Amino acid sequence: MDVLDLTRLQFAVVTIYHYFFVPLSISLAATAAGLQIAWLRTRRDQYLHLTKFVGKLLIVTFAVGVVTGLVQEFQFGLGWSAFANFYGDVFGPTLAIEGMLAFFLEATFLALWYFGWDRLPRLVHTACIVIVAVGTLLSAFIILAANSFMQNPVAYALDPVTGRARLTSFTELMLNKVNLAAFPHTMAGALMVGGALLLALGVWRLIADPAYGVLARLGAWLTLAGGGFTALTGDHLGKVITEVQPMKMAAAEALYETTSGAPFAVFATGKPLPEFALEIPWLLSILAKGNPNATVQGIDDLQAQYAAEFGPGSYVPMIPVAFWTFRLMIGAGMLAMLVAGFYLWRTRRGRTAPTWLTRWLPLIPLLPAAANTFGWIFTETARQPWIAFGISKVADGISPGLTSSEVVVSLAGFTVVYGVLAVVWLRLVRHLARRPLTPAAASPSADEPDLAPVY
Amino acid sequence: MITFWFSVVVLAWVLFFVLEGFDFGVGVLGPVLGRDDHERGAAVRTIGPFWDGNEVWLVAAIGVTFAAFPAWYGALLSGLYLPMVVLLLLLAVRGVALEFRGKGDGERYRRRADLALAVSSLGIVLLWGALLAVFARGLALGADGQVTGAGLARSLDPILTLPALFGALAALHAALMLGATFLSLRTSGPLRHRARTLARRLGTVGAVALVVTGSATGSSLVLAAAVLSFAAAVLARTGREALAFTTTALTVAGAVTAVFTTHGAVVLPSTLNPAWSLTREAAAATPQALELITWAGVLILPGVLAYQAFSYWVFRRRVASDRVPS
Repeated sequence: MDVLDLTRLQFAVVTIYHYFFVPLSISLAATAAGLQIAWLRTRRDQYLHLTKFVGKLLIVTFAVGVVTGLVQEFQFGLGWSAFANFYGDVFGPTLAIEGMLAFFLEATFLALWYFGWDRLPRLVHTACIVIVAVGTLLSAFIILAANSFMQNPVAYALDPVTGRARLTSFTELMLNKVNLAAFPHTMAGALMVGGALLLALGVWRLIADPAYGVLARLGAWLTLAGGGFTALTGDHLGKVITEVQPMKMAAAEALYETTSGAPFAVFATGKPLPEFALEIPWLLSILAKGNPNATVQGIDDLQAQYAAEFGPGSYVPMIPVAFWTFRLMIGAGMLAMLVAGFYLWRTRRGRTAPTWLTRWLPLIPLLPAAANTFGWIFTETARQPWIAFGISKVADGISPGLTSSEVVVSLAGFTVVYGVLAVVWLRLVRHLARRPLTPAAASPSADEPDLAPVY
Repeated sequence: MITFWFSVVVLAWVLFFVLEGFDFGVGVLGPVLGRDDHERGAAVRTIGPFWDGNEVWLVAAIGVTFAAFPAWYGALLSGLYLPMVVLLLLLAVRGVALEFRGKGDGERYRRRADLALAVSSLGIVLLWGALLAVFARGLALGADGQVTGAGLARSLDPILTLPALFGALAALHAALMLGATFLSLRTSGPLRHRARTLARRLGTVGAVALVVTGSATGSSLVLAAAVLSFAAAVLARTGREALAFTTTALTVAGAVTAVFTTHGAVVLPSTLNPAWSLTREAAAATPQALELITWAGVLILPGVLAYQAFSYWVFRRRVASDRVPS
């Protein structure tokens, strides 16, 4: 592999890894806030224990998210300094404002909440976790706006003197229609992962500690609700993407010829795809444009159109990757929803779930996590060859002077350290869930007597 | 506007090095000064509520550098590619060690977390010191503004120099001094006394080293730092812990400011040819982008400072390092 491919691989590895922990943090923060409010209103101890348990999961997950997120911020300068320089005006302020506005909130108030159980008045303390939850949403919104710019560049002008991109409106950048569609879709997907983790831990511990039963059902509801919302928002996002990046949706369908009343291929074989296909008539036209007879542009037409507009070259992304990641995303998400719904039905009104179900359920977080990952791989690879659609190619963004040997060393470093972090995180989550839920878990500062103030 | 944003960038870096400086110092010292599991736990608890908020200043410093001076951001990070990657990996290990320490079970688990914390903190401090020396000295920028060189040596060479070694040692001393004064301020019992003794010794050693350097280079700034270091040692001895910490923090703030302002309008000198150096003007973002972040900064940063101060106020009490409350 040359230095460009290596750097792309590295970006993919560290970004995908970071994105295992981000949706979990978002969803666990919202769940902890909801549980604490429920406890404040009902004063039922059960909610307090659950709040503290979810809080511990949040802390350890947030820690991994923070340290891997820092890498993301450095990445643009490390491997993609040409891109950083060219789009610094658009990207720099976005990252800086995310750090100042949202990340400071999350980090500071999460610590205040976690260590402040017996230091802060009840309401102030609850406000802290609500602020954390809002902070995670704010972070996600701003970062997704930065990503949406790469899918659908808006609010910029190319400076004739420096040749660099200039930001023309921050509001317009934030309110990019891709962002307005992608944000709810991504948040719904996040809710699913967090819900599935709680469901898995709840089911795993149910036999030893019946108190975990509430956690399991709560997790199942979150997974189900998140799943439904993911499907709705995904439909809308698909239509926006068809409008701004028709090639991406054509690639997702391996649709070579422009077709009216296009069918949706559930499954296909052949090289290039598709030779044999299991198709649902009209569905693609409905998904893309909301009309069964609508015309969907095909890859061949779009290639010709882009070549005429941007000059010679291939503008076709890797079709099998786009085709399969799109289906795996939808399939894994739907399966997770089905399992969660089935669990809720089987445990309705205090019934117990069958053993075969409880034996396999602890693996359920893998499904929404896979759905999220496939979704991102689809979003980013089906945009190729562009780094920012229509204005800059990936190959033009790499740091000049960067050498393959440097990237090989750093990629190995990230792989080893991230691998160790994953193992430690998993073991710690397992350890936290092994503790009984019911007896009041001591707050972390309880063994620390209050001594004299120092400042 | 450019000058204003240059000051904001420097301020963010100063806040990062002072605030994370003390928690890096505690990270190195806690497991060393703490004689048993309980004392080591107390040391970690002194920074538990703060370290994450402190580290966000790195996010802010990098983010603001990117926003206001994209070319500087690109040159620093891509030119120092490998050291920066190592730094990120060490920061990852450290953050996780800190947050995970109290969540697991058993003394053996915590000992491992302590070891990871101490080693990663030490590595980060040394590396940052070396990097600061490189920031001040410059990189081998060619005529095209890119770092010259090939292979691994391209980004490793700059930190394998004598000035970088001195930078690393100076940073280690500063972080240990910050950590020791902070620990003596925030703990009670034997840990507090050990930290105080260490601060006293470090302050004296630092003052002597600075006097020697100051006399050799004839720099009045360095001599002033020597006076401050000596003052910190005296203050630590007389038990004026808050003042000792403040004095040390001011010294570090001065040193970091000196690093960033030493070349005037040049933000990154070229060691090959002064004409190839990167100036503030050339590195700066457009006026529109600067105006945008000015608004954001004016609206947001005072709030950040206020609630961070609030969090220091909430956790203002000493942490007990012995089992019997004093």
